[in-house]
Amino acid sequence: MAYTFDFSSIWEYREYLYNGVIGTLRLTLVGTVLGVAIGILGAISRAWKLPVLFPVYTVYVELIRNTPFIVQLFFVFFGLPSLGIHLSEWQAATIAMVLNLGAYSTEIIRAGVESVPKGHIEAASALAMSRFQIFRCVILRQALLKMWPALSSQIVIVMLGSSVCSQISAEELTFGAGFITSRNFRSFEVYFVVTIMYFLLAVGVRRALGLFGRYVLARRAT
Amino acid sequence: MSLVSINGLHKRFGTHHVLKGIDLRVKEGQVTAVIGRSGSGKSTLLRSINGLESFDEGSLDVDGVRITVGQTDLRQLRLKVGMVFQQFNLYPHLTAGQNVMLAPTVVKKTGKQQAEALARDALAKVGLADRFDSFPDQMSGGQQQRVAIARALAMQPKILLCDEITSALDPELVNEVLAVVRKLAEDGMTLIMVTHEMRFAREVGDQLVFMHQGKIHEQGDPKTLFAAPSTPELASFISSVS
Amino acid sequence: MSDFSLWDIIRNLLLAGRWTVLLSLIAFVCGGLVGIAILMMRTSSARLLRQFAVMYIELFQGTPLLMQLFLLFFGLSLTGMQVSPWLAASVALTLFTSAYLAEIWRGCVEAIPRGQWEASASTAMTYMEQMRHVILPQALRIAVAPTVGFSVQVVKATAVTSIIGFVELTKAGSMISNATFAPFTVYGLIALMYFCLCFPLSLYARRLERKINVSR
Repeated sequence: MAYTFDFSSIWEYREYLYNGVIGTLRLTLVGTVLGVAIGILGAISRAWKLPVLFPVYTVYVELIRNTPFIVQLFFVFFGLPSLGIHLSEWQAATIAMVLNLGAYSTEIIRAGVESVPKGHIEAASALAMSRFQIFRCVILRQALLKMWPALSSQIVIVMLGSSVCSQISAEELTFGAGFITSRNFRSFEVYFVVTIMYFLLAVGVRRALGLFGRYVLARRAT
Repeated sequence: MSLVSINGLHKRFGTHHVLKGIDLRVKEGQVTAVIGRSGSGKSTLLRSINGLESFDEGSLDVDGVRITVGQTDLRQLRLKVGMVFQQFNLYPHLTAGQNVMLAPTVVKKTGKQQAEALARDALAKVGLADRFDSFPDQMSGGQQQRVAIARALAMQPKILLCDEITSALDPELVNEVLAVVRKLAEDGMTLIMVTHEMRFAREVGDQLVFMHQGKIHEQGDPKTLFAAPSTPELASFISSVS
Repeated sequence: MSDFSLWDIIRNLLLAGRWTVLLSLIAFVCGGLVGIAILMMRTSSARLLRQFAVMYIELFQGTPLLMQLFLLFFGLSLTGMQVSPWLAASVALTLFTSAYLAEIWRGCVEAIPRGQWEASASTAMTYMEQMRHVILPQALRIAVAPTVGFSVQVVKATAVTSIIGFVELTKAGSMISNATFAPFTVYGLIALMYFCLCFPLSLYARRLERKINVSR
């Protein structure tokens, strides 16, 4: 039986795709900002072996990196209510994204922190800067700059992984696609278009992150 | 009759004109020492002779094999020309013996036993007969370079190219390698060597080629040239390396 | 509450876990074989083959795995074929794995110093002879650590196949969670089981990485 492709029926539902893209980008943005923040704290904790934080972060990082994202998501959304914590779809998706990126960022930034030449740190100590000051002014900038490519890759990976959040009905692109397929029954066409959209999103986000790295992180003080 | 005949060779790397018309003849059994400052094009010239660098104009004749611009089939050429590198480039996952045996077995389809005998012979010639089963990381730089020479010799080339083969060696190891090369020269091997070892060039070389800014600036008998350079460039080069 | 004991839950999860392991192995082995083909294309001198390989890799690395799975599942169904979740999951994960492994292995081949290429070329070896006797043996050594590291990603990726109904650990867990009304326990156990599969592989990969770095 010949199948005739029909892409036109997607156009009338385009607002769902549009909202989906916004949703995916929102999730990614919040996930990135909070995730990197967690990652910076985690990087110091692991690199300097801070008490309490070091074991906590170690367990956290290994748990996240050795379990699938979808299981983490389901645990947050379906599992936490048993403890009395009820979250909306949006909240659960965001928390899962933040926790996921936070763990990977910790390791990526830690590698950057540990690669800062000891000489720079010694010079700063000699100038009587506190450990925290040294980190903020000397180490962090260099670490982020060096690891920015790896961090950017991870952010894109997490953005692509957000597609799984559709399974808890979070408002993002895949969920929007599912909604459309339930209306026009053109699963292949819809997902074909959405796949291309994800591809373009990934290209766009990668470029944006590259520009950020070049003009914000690498900016020289004039 | 020249074994190697280079005519009007030009080579550009993008806009950088590295070889500006090289004409060179090398006779069989002759030892040619190529000297010059870094950037003068001497390594590029050497590497053009076995096809590691392509050239943009001119031609190359090696023992009857003619290479023209844009030629990609270099197999016949490389069967006649062997090369030893500054960084040795031994295969780390193979023993010295296996390093030497590899090309004969794979390229010339020599039988295993014959190749092994050939390899032992080549290693003996460079004074490393007892190191057949050693891996490169178990040997000193001088020993590795001698294995590299044996590896090149195992293919029985007509010409051996040596690209600054002692430059990466600690000073005390340089002599053992030069001794091997001297013996090769005495046995009649045709050698073209890019080198900084001026004393060696003067004592063992039959022909000295001084390169400057992509051209052969002076050429002739080493003893004469070292004693009385005709150009200020060669004079200043000699004084800077002595 | 629930009339299922903890042991019932664990037992059912373990049984489903077999399928996770099996799917992972299929994806890894088949993905490896396809990956070698993609690698050869990626490093070939034929421009068309090279471009195809580049696009193939960019496609699988630049789109969500879930979309790849859906496209394959719905796409194959359109041809009139009876597509079981097993088939769709296996093919999708195989292609996914092949793209990533090809890139990892290409990196390993490119890490081999140029001098190795030059030395073997100087003794008149052809490209295939160089690859077979000089380059690939060395590249293989470097490739073991990141390949084992990627196996962790493969195991985690199998969880996504639950969405098209393939009954592996995550899908079984969802079903059990609905039946027992104990999602915290069930998803907690699922996470633990994935952890037990992945953590040893992660540790092994890290150990291999250290060994390689020491010998350099």
